[in-house]
Amino acid sequence: MIRQFDYVVIGNSAGSVGCIEMLRSIDRSGSIALIAEETRRVYSRALLPYYLAGGIDLEKMYYRKADFYEQHGVTALLGQKAVHIDTDKKEALLSGNERIVYKKLLLATGGRPLIPPVEGLDRENIFTFLSMDDVLKIEKALENAQRAVVLGGGVIGLMAAEALCKRGLQVQVIELAGRVLAPVVDEPVSNLLKDLFIEKGVQVITNNTIKEIKGGSSVESVVLTDGTQIPCDMLVLAMGVAPRIKLGVQAGLQIDRGILVNERMETSRSDLYACGDCAQGYDSVAGISRVIPLWPNAYLGGRIAGSNMAGGRRENVWSTSMNSMHFFDLCLITAGLNISAEDPGGFINISRIDEKKKYYRKFTLREGRIAGFILAGRISRAGIFVNLMRTKADVSQFTDDLFNEDFGYGSIPEELRWELLKEDLIPGVVNGNDRIRA
Amino acid sequence: MGKILIKPEVCIGCHLCEIWCVVAHSRTKDILKAFLLEKPAAISRVIVEERLPVTFALQCRHCSEPDCVFACISGALYKDSASGRVIHDPEKCVGCYSCVLVCPYGGIIIDQENKKVTKCDLCEGFEKPYCVSHCPNGALVYADQEKGGV
Repeated sequence: MIRQFDYVVIGNSAGSVGCIEMLRSIDRSGSIALIAEETRRVYSRALLPYYLAGGIDLEKMYYRKADFYEQHGVTALLGQKAVHIDTDKKEALLSGNERIVYKKLLLATGGRPLIPPVEGLDRENIFTFLSMDDVLKIEKALENAQRAVVLGGGVIGLMAAEALCKRGLQVQVIELAGRVLAPVVDEPVSNLLKDLFIEKGVQVITNNTIKEIKGGSSVESVVLTDGTQIPCDMLVLAMGVAPRIKLGVQAGLQIDRGILVNERMETSRSDLYACGDCAQGYDSVAGISRVIPLWPNAYLGGRIAGSNMAGGRRENVWSTSMNSMHFFDLCLITAGLNISAEDPGGFINISRIDEKKKYYRKFTLREGRIAGFILAGRISRAGIFVNLMRTKADVSQFTDDLFNEDFGYGSIPEELRWELLKEDLIPGVVNGNDRIRA
Repeated sequence: MGKILIKPEVCIGCHLCEIWCVVAHSRTKDILKAFLLEKPAAISRVIVEERLPVTFALQCRHCSEPDCVFACISGALYKDSASGRVIHDPEKCVGCYSCVLVCPYGGIIIDQENKKVTKCDLCEGFEKPYCVSHCPNGALVYADQEKGGV
């Protein structure tokens, strides 16, 4: 069977929704098909830890209303796998041999979980942590589990560990690097986190990984590279994700780690776009092309792709790595570059810590401009720092104020402040007063 | 789409906009009960910025390209296409604070008590936003750009 659509979207998460919502705001009549392997309507993967922790019910996992596809005139081909894309014929082949002809195609296939290269992964009670099915399986296994091992001390691993801890399990986190969350935070924050997890009863093992999985039909213990054996009833693999690029490879697209896209989210083949965790674009702060596997980046990428697919012209003008996280009661926000103290290169790190209040702030500056920051404990109005970063504002005259707990636009010197807020004020109210110029 | 514009020159930093914002979002809409009896108390969604002698009030700008909506992982934040308001549904909010991370104005307010966020809703249901109608010096102006008026 052959079907034809103006727009075809492969994948069913943030990027796809961003694309569809944009498409429909421009083109109300063009036909849209969405192809997704999972049979569920669009849910938020970012909420999986919240569900596992017991904080929200299943219904809240859904990212959009039940009639989202209907409302947006989308033919949702759920439970269907796209197995090949022919960029000359401009069609996608589905596993049931159905052919879907497209005018414009978006690849929003996301990431696949990283799996350690060890034997015995086929045992029961070993889970990845990326889909609703994963989490429902973990939840079922909780009934008979007391001890869990989480492999991976990054954002996802720590969130999984916290959730399992809150469900009453004894949890051990195993991280290959020397400290947790190393890619996005610096040493003081890693230490803060490690102490916090230990305080909550979670063991954190660093500089180590799993070399062997022992057990019968089900996992019974893991053996670490240093020989330590840890008994467990459950193993969660949370080492992160790699771009799902298989379709892109087969289609002959240019690929590095992810499918390469330009600022219009176009791949190397015409009428074929990519966004989200499967794609690799320009990081404006790092100055390199890289995969930014984060929810906001996926949504925004989809939105930009959608605009261009519908004949508009929209570019991704600025993106970088950004994270908002919280572990137990500690809130963390990071953005831009994470430059270590040992080897700062051309960067200057300025930081302050208040260990009693569990409050930490660090800014990484390059030529007087913010190239990255980390906030722990107090994260209010963090977006203003992102805005200073995005606008490449020179902050060298008020670096002290950046540490003000109540930092806001009031803390920014006048000229810069009114420049940033020029759309938002009515200047020159008082006759002859030119103090405020817009 | 509407938003509230500021006249920093005539703002006297009295913080009454914050007070009336609390009243507007209280259950009773009564200033005494809002502050003395309601538990949890309503939260002001407007912030008075101060760098004396300059003061001005700032709240959500109801952006046409709202970064907070794009970043929201739960679908709690959305832009209402009819009114142009950026709306927050506390029932859906999980308190991930992604919106706090991306809002360039710092317009998303953290609700510490409920571990969620809150924000300006332009006083839905009232004729004018309370901060605008109750500013004693006319330092806040509601600009309903759809109707073309400032």
